[in-house]
Amino acid sequence: MNFVRIAIAIAVGGMPVSAQPLLTGVWASLQHEDQIERGPGPELGDYLGLPVNDAARLRAESWDPSRLTLQEHQCRVHIVSYIYRGPLNLRIWDEKDPETQQLIAIHNYISTYEQSRTIWMDGRPHPSPNAPHTFMGFSTGKWEGDMLTVNTTHIKMGWLRRNGLPESDQATLTEHFIRHGNYMTHVSLIADPVYLTEPLIRTEDFVLAAQDAANWLWPCEYVEEILNRPKGQVPNFLPGKNPFLKEFPARFGIPEETALGGAETMYPEYQRKLKTMPRPGGKK
Amino acid sequence: MKGLLVVLAASFSLSAQDIEVLPVQGSVYMLAGAGANVTLQVGRSGVLLVDTPAPALSGKVIAAIRKLSEKPVRYIINTAADADHVGGNESLAKVFGSATEVSVVNTPGATATQTVAILAHQKLLDRMSAPGASRPPWPTVAWPTDTFVGDEKEVYYNGEGIQILHQPAAHTDGDSIVYFRRSDVVSAGDIFNATSYPVIDLERGGSLQGVIAGLNRILDLAIPAHHEEGGTYVIPGHGRICDEFDVLEYRDMVTIIRDRIQALIKNGMTLEQVKAARPTLDYDPQYGAATGAWTTDMFVEAAYRSLTRKK
Repeated sequence: MNFVRIAIAIAVGGMPVSAQPLLTGVWASLQHEDQIERGPGPELGDYLGLPVNDAARLRAESWDPSRLTLQEHQCRVHIVSYIYRGPLNLRIWDEKDPETQQLIAIHNYISTYEQSRTIWMDGRPHPSPNAPHTFMGFSTGKWEGDMLTVNTTHIKMGWLRRNGLPESDQATLTEHFIRHGNYMTHVSLIADPVYLTEPLIRTEDFVLAAQDAANWLWPCEYVEEILNRPKGQVPNFLPGKNPFLKEFPARFGIPEETALGGAETMYPEYQRKLKTMPRPGGKK
Repeated sequence: MKGLLVVLAASFSLSAQDIEVLPVQGSVYMLAGAGANVTLQVGRSGVLLVDTPAPALSGKVIAAIRKLSEKPVRYIINTAADADHVGGNESLAKVFGSATEVSVVNTPGATATQTVAILAHQKLLDRMSAPGASRPPWPTVAWPTDTFVGDEKEVYYNGEGIQILHQPAAHTDGDSIVYFRRSDVVSAGDIFNATSYPVIDLERGGSLQGVIAGLNRILDLAIPAHHEEGGTYVIPGHGRICDEFDVLEYRDMVTIIRDRIQALIKNGMTLEQVKAARPTLDYDPQYGAATGAWTTDMFVEAAYRSLTRKK
């Protein structure tokens, strides 16, 4: 009888249900996709192809990059739904129960802002809505065939884009990590009831590093960047007073209405409408 | 400001829902589900509460306290004179032994009694004892037993220093922020309301600028542990446990809306024109409300009146 029990234990608990690919290792981000947005940064006023609502547009219009000179903003972290888009080194490793070898968690260490992230794989529930939010949120995952699917809640307020487009702290994130040999695709779906009318879907790719990356640290100490600023001042543009918003449509010959984005601008059918719209300077 | 009366009524009509106990940090816990959050400090000396919920929920709050400690309750600190912050003073003080009911202490023949002291700023007592014609005074047993008139009162309890910091003319004129120095937790009261626009009670001495000053004071108290996260935790009057970054985003929001309304006023706009300009549009999906005790309209009106009030 004991032999049977041991055999069942080995079959059920001691081996994976299916042989999932290992994500363990050091990964470097590839920047070929959406490079202008991810590297130099997006143009101010460029919301093209994003399912944002009017509230998101006004927040972005009010955004003054000088806000990042405030002491409390200087060391703010890219939230989990944005951080994988930056140039980063990513270390992934499994945590297993030493007795049963069951997978407890998959850990990520992200060099940007020295962020540690835990993806719980042991079926635990998400915390109470009254629990604190963090930049990396609270994540649970499961293998779906060869794909790791992760659900994240309890994310702090952050941005969809570095041009001021906001993401609220009510947003939730679904991710898929898919390995193809030495490459890994990361798919993210952001649902934000405050600032998005439809989920925002983005992808990034990583390559497995043959050697450990050189830089894993991101020290940050705030400094006094603007002297004699009145206490409590928050840099912002009043509605209608941001002088930079029209630069993007003018430079690229895009209708101003189109630059404001919205769900409609995500889909191929929008190209037909685009052909009928006036461009800056009166051209079509 | 009639809406504030609705706030009071609404907080008393809460059903006896479950109270959730959340460990925050050090000796401090947050009790959620009682309307306004209740902050609890538990230690070897006893129990200290910041704010008390509606009487209907007192039994559940007591049960939650007793799960954490059988020690006596020694202090209640009130951060504001609203029903969802002082509503349980009377019922809890009766259970735990009100200082106001002990007339003879250290007198031969008298029995020493453990009492609970209720601490608050003097202006909060004024609002409870003489609230004006529109509302009745609170029963004397619910009143603070020890008040202070300056900027700060200090208590040392359960092995840590506790600062009760008066924040003048913010949500009301009797608000306090409570800072637990060893646990490194701030109990902010309704100066920081994580679920709605700040309630500015002009009738009871509140002001928009005072709320912003209070939020900036919390930012001064809070120190993040790593990259603007963790470190000092902040318990808001309503909503989830927060830290400095959450207060920062909220402070930015209130300040930006202040700047917009101020600019519209400077352009000569009336209250109705300011409302029509929708100066809160970008924050409404998160903090706004079209119905209920504190609507977006009421917030904009309070902000407008606060900024145009003659000093």
